[in-house]
Amino acid sequence: MAETLIAPTAATNPANAAASLIEIENLSLYYGATKALKNISVKLEEKLVTAFIGPSGCGKSTLLRCLNRMNDLIDNVRIEGLMKIGGHDIYAADVDVIELRKRVGMVFQKSNPFPKSIYENVAYGLRLHGVKNKSDLDARIEQSLQQSALWDEVKDRLHSSALGLSGGQQQRLCIARAIAIKPEIILMDEPASALDPIATTRVEDLILDLKKEFTIVIVTHNMQQAARISDQTAFFYLGELIEFGATGKIFTNPAQKRTEDYVSGRFG
Amino acid sequence: MNTLTPSEYLPEKTSDTTRLTRHFRAEKFDFWSFFFSGLTGLATLFILGILATILLNIIVNGWSAISWHFVSTIPKKDFFDANTTGVLPMIVGTSFRVIVMTIFVIPVGVITAIYLTEYAANTSIITRIIRAAVNNLAGVPSIVFGLFGLGFFINFIGKNMDALLHNPTAVWGQPALIWASLTLAVMTLPVVIVATEESLKAIPPGLREASLALGATKLETILKIVLPQALPGIMTGGILAVSRAAGEVAPILFTGVAYYMASLPAHLSDQFMDLGYHIFVLSTQSPNIEQTRPILYATVLVLLMLTFALNIVAILIRARVRKKLRALG
Repeated sequence: MAETLIAPTAATNPANAAASLIEIENLSLYYGATKALKNISVKLEEKLVTAFIGPSGCGKSTLLRCLNRMNDLIDNVRIEGLMKIGGHDIYAADVDVIELRKRVGMVFQKSNPFPKSIYENVAYGLRLHGVKNKSDLDARIEQSLQQSALWDEVKDRLHSSALGLSGGQQQRLCIARAIAIKPEIILMDEPASALDPIATTRVEDLILDLKKEFTIVIVTHNMQQAARISDQTAFFYLGELIEFGATGKIFTNPAQKRTEDYVSGRFG
Repeated sequence: MNTLTPSEYLPEKTSDTTRLTRHFRAEKFDFWSFFFSGLTGLATLFILGILATILLNIIVNGWSAISWHFVSTIPKKDFFDANTTGVLPMIVGTSFRVIVMTIFVIPVGVITAIYLTEYAANTSIITRIIRAAVNNLAGVPSIVFGLFGLGFFINFIGKNMDALLHNPTAVWGQPALIWASLTLAVMTLPVVIVATEESLKAIPPGLREASLALGATKLETILKIVLPQALPGIMTGGILAVSRAAGEVAPILFTGVAYYMASLPAHLSDQFMDLGYHIFVLSTQSPNIEQTRPILYATVLVLLMLTFALNIVAILIRARVRKKLRALG
């Protein structure tokens, strides 16, 4: 089960070419009695960047956290509907959450490196998933840091504390840590909202680069950011998915009035 | 939109600059402010004064009676006589019971705190009952712990162990080092639980999320991320427990302390002599008060120094752990 959780995607399984990597059907989420997500249905394609936008409290982060079941950690959360990744219902009783989270990585709003060395931060996930050999670890860590454009800045101090890095470097380290275990999907929850403009640009460049290899879902409050880096955009409002489509269309010619009002800055 | 000219957004210039400065000057002497700051200072001085008086009194009167002979001798006859007495068995007994207690109280306290902070639902009735029990445990008088130790550890567990092991004579069903240590462990459990809980709560939730999002199990997250970070806090709990337990006499009265033993305790089922209890004996049982007084002071001083030394060792270890965590982790 675990091995085939995500394997039969459109790219690898031509017979199933119509299926999207992520399929959400009629998904509702309740915090206690409050309905935070209302009948969301959306399909996200492989190797694209999808941006979730909308005003605070619209449910975009909540939906993002459904994708790797981080909402499991919160008491009183109830989910209805279907969420499939690679054709498998990730809320089915037999799903191994550990395996799911290995394949659906996450980068958080506030950079949260472990209070360990830079090397150990990236090694943590690798060791969890059975990489023990020193030379394998070294190679994978270098590769991840290269990929997250951090290697040149930290290669001489891999064994010093990650907490000594700047905010932007810490966030790129968190991205390196997430991609080290080779997930297929990376979820990003406002990854640049706490960074200065230069660090933000670097993270955005990195996202565009990672797109070649990973499917990325990003929550952002910054509409320019969504316009710059995403291929598809979903606009949420009060727990509902108002509009979903190609980013260019959402920002220039939205079908819904509320979308137009939001992207043009009239509310939110 | 029109642009504003400086005259529109700058405050009006005032020629009367003294008006501003006068505004910040205190109008008159503030009696109540002076009174309360003086009061808090006096209260602090009062407490420091009491502490200094006690310490000076003990050091001045006890220092002269302390010698290598005094701390290294097992008294063979009259321990009320300064020439023949020594406190080695008391030092050994007190140290052993504190160390054995620490070995028991730290794991149990830490695991309880982990359960309460990481696993138990905060609002559930069971969690509330456990928390209330822990808080109440901290308020129970220490003599009650002594009686509990006698009833539970010695009469129940010890006697049953003897029965199971078919010992013809009482080995475990009598006062012993292990039972005294366990009684102290129960007594200091709340200290360790509360200190550990506080340090676990201080760890940013983002670290736990980061670990779980990488596919770590809850147990892996606790063992590899949470506990190493909480270690200094856990050690603080241990230090507080040791400080509290080292001077306690009531819990060991019925559970392990001996009035006199000719040899050092060699086994967990042995009884032991204890500094705190010995102070009680010296001050109440002596046939010659004047002759015993210097030994009494010296014994008190030894107990203080032993507690201090145990604390210093633990604080040094904690400082090393903190340094290591800060450097790398």
